[in-house]
Amino acid sequence: MFDRILPYLLAGVSVGGQYALIAVGYTMVYGILRLINFAHGDIFTAAGFFMVYLVASLPMQLAIPVVIILTVALGFILERVAYKPLRTAPRMSVMISAIGASYLMQNLMWYVTGGLAKQYPVLPWLSNIVQIGSASTKIVTIVTPILTVGLVIALVALIKHTKIGMAMRAVSHDFETSQLMGIRINNVISMTFIIGSALAAVGSMLYFTNFSTVTPTVGAMPGLKAFVAAVFGGIGSIPGAVIGAFLIGICESLIKAAGYTAFSDAFTFALLIVVLLFKPTGLFGEKAAEKV
Amino acid sequence: MKKLIALLLVLMMVLPVAAMADDLPVVKIGVFEPSSGDNGAGGKQEVLGVEYANFVKPTVTVGGTEYKVELVNVDNQSDSAKAVTAAQELVSAGVAVVLGSYGSGCSMAGGDVFAAAEVPAIGLSCTNPSVTTLCDYYWRICFLDPFQGSVMANFANSLGAKKAYVLTMLGEDYGNGLGHYFTEAFEALGGEVIPETFPEGTSDFTPYINNAINKGADVVFAPCATTYASLIIDQAASLNVSFPLLAGDTWESSVILDAAKGKNVNVYVSTFFDENDEAGAAKEFVTGFKAWLNANADKKTNNGGNDIVAAVSALGFDGYNVALAALEAAGSIEPAAIAEALPALVYADAVTGSISFDEIGDANKDMAYVKKANTETGAFDFVKTQSVAGL
Repeated sequence: MFDRILPYLLAGVSVGGQYALIAVGYTMVYGILRLINFAHGDIFTAAGFFMVYLVASLPMQLAIPVVIILTVALGFILERVAYKPLRTAPRMSVMISAIGASYLMQNLMWYVTGGLAKQYPVLPWLSNIVQIGSASTKIVTIVTPILTVGLVIALVALIKHTKIGMAMRAVSHDFETSQLMGIRINNVISMTFIIGSALAAVGSMLYFTNFSTVTPTVGAMPGLKAFVAAVFGGIGSIPGAVIGAFLIGICESLIKAAGYTAFSDAFTFALLIVVLLFKPTGLFGEKAAEKV
Repeated sequence: MKKLIALLLVLMMVLPVAAMADDLPVVKIGVFEPSSGDNGAGGKQEVLGVEYANFVKPTVTVGGTEYKVELVNVDNQSDSAKAVTAAQELVSAGVAVVLGSYGSGCSMAGGDVFAAAEVPAIGLSCTNPSVTTLCDYYWRICFLDPFQGSVMANFANSLGAKKAYVLTMLGEDYGNGLGHYFTEAFEALGGEVIPETFPEGTSDFTPYINNAINKGADVVFAPCATTYASLIIDQAASLNVSFPLLAGDTWESSVILDAAKGKNVNVYVSTFFDENDEAGAAKEFVTGFKAWLNANADKKTNNGGNDIVAAVSALGFDGYNVALAALEAAGSIEPAAIAEALPALVYADAVTGSISFDEIGDANKDMAYVKKANTETGAFDFVKTQSVAGL
């Protein structure tokens, strides 16, 4: 029995780890700006395309850091161009701006790539195939959850024990007061986007090593699922987003294993609705504090 | 001086008009194909066939007048909803006849527009029966899915398979149709079929492949767009599957060859044409087409960066020539006259085998080629031909 379930669990944990790396970006931005950054999935896709094009001219060891730097720059520019000018605007305007940025990026990628699927380069070692019990899989499947958990622990440490982390917590707690206390709010927000984009870049490397086709809309589905994971775990909470992502990844895989392949997405989203009915703030959501 | 300048200016305006008057009158042929989206790679190769045919035969003589043939390209983005707009664009451009589309779903969506405008359309590689049965203005020059499905079912049977896992995309016309006909034929041969579907946008196919392994499938039949196909092949290889992967004509693409290259996986496809065909017309086409691709860098890029001749390019070439033959037979460039001429048309010089139509508008074709992806050379190896009579 376990032999049969093992390959599904492996796939689920691996996909869950990739969702987690994207979900952290959603949840951090929400925690600080109360904004759902709809363009986050497209940043993830762009990271995939950066790699496709960079590998053509750079050696792999160099391409990997350059991809991360470019993705971070993209996230930074996105915030400066699409969100910063709207800092005092109603929240709805910022959200519309986010949706606009998402479509703009999708269509730009469509234009640049001609809309055709590109084959992601093979990352050495990660793509090698290993045998675990009766299951055979790529090394990336094993690496993903370990790397994800490691990165998230590092991130939590950063938020708990550094000055910028303290600033982030303060901003997330009370936007206006922290401004009055002399925190440079724009730097804190930029930092959030930088961290989120860097994690999305790492996530995209792991994701596309497993699923090697990059198209302009490929980020939409994982982006949506990661967003669901962030809400599921309680948006604003980093451990919540990670646990939510792993749960959704494993759930999806097991539902397919049970033979309900056509309903796997429907099931995932139904699960979200049920959780929100009983726990409106998600599994680990912050309690809604009344500000007087 | 002023007068001289004025005269020069007038001359400059008149001259291009005068130059154009020397030109031949133009007849427009619409090319209704995807060049982006899931089927973009295949659509581009089909367009290449049409463009090469246009390069070989740039003019046509209709009723004693020589016309220059102008291709009007639109991108239907592999999307049934956008296909309608693209079809309308062609109709407004005033095309005499339409070629395409790669992907039966887009053809069906466009068919209604062409029927309403009474413009005849010639399907090149769309294999779903409904393309022609549901539309009086659609003809087609390739074989159909009931035939293709039974070819692959018989082939699976000849590999000794008793249990087939059929994987299609939810709500996609081409894959569901072909999967259905494969299932019918395979069950008639005494086999067992496990059908499953995946939602649009799926990347993770490992659970599906694991299902196939756990249910003891001897063969997987997965007619779907090449975007998904490359993921399926890659993930099947990393799961070390022992069963072969089978699919229809869409998988005959360099996308599949790239995905399978260097991996331990067996991929078989059925298709319309074999590049190593020794028949006169086919050989001449293959040589000419390769030379043309190698001379035009951007065309070669559209072909996937190599000069392997895809079956859909051959069909594009044939489709263009059938359209010209229909124009000649009609003796007019009016769409209605062409639609009247098409049913009786016989075009014997086609590189994919002689083309004539039955009363529904389908080509009387009875030959399919089964090919295998060679994982070392990155090319398709010919396996066998299968005719209707042999089934």
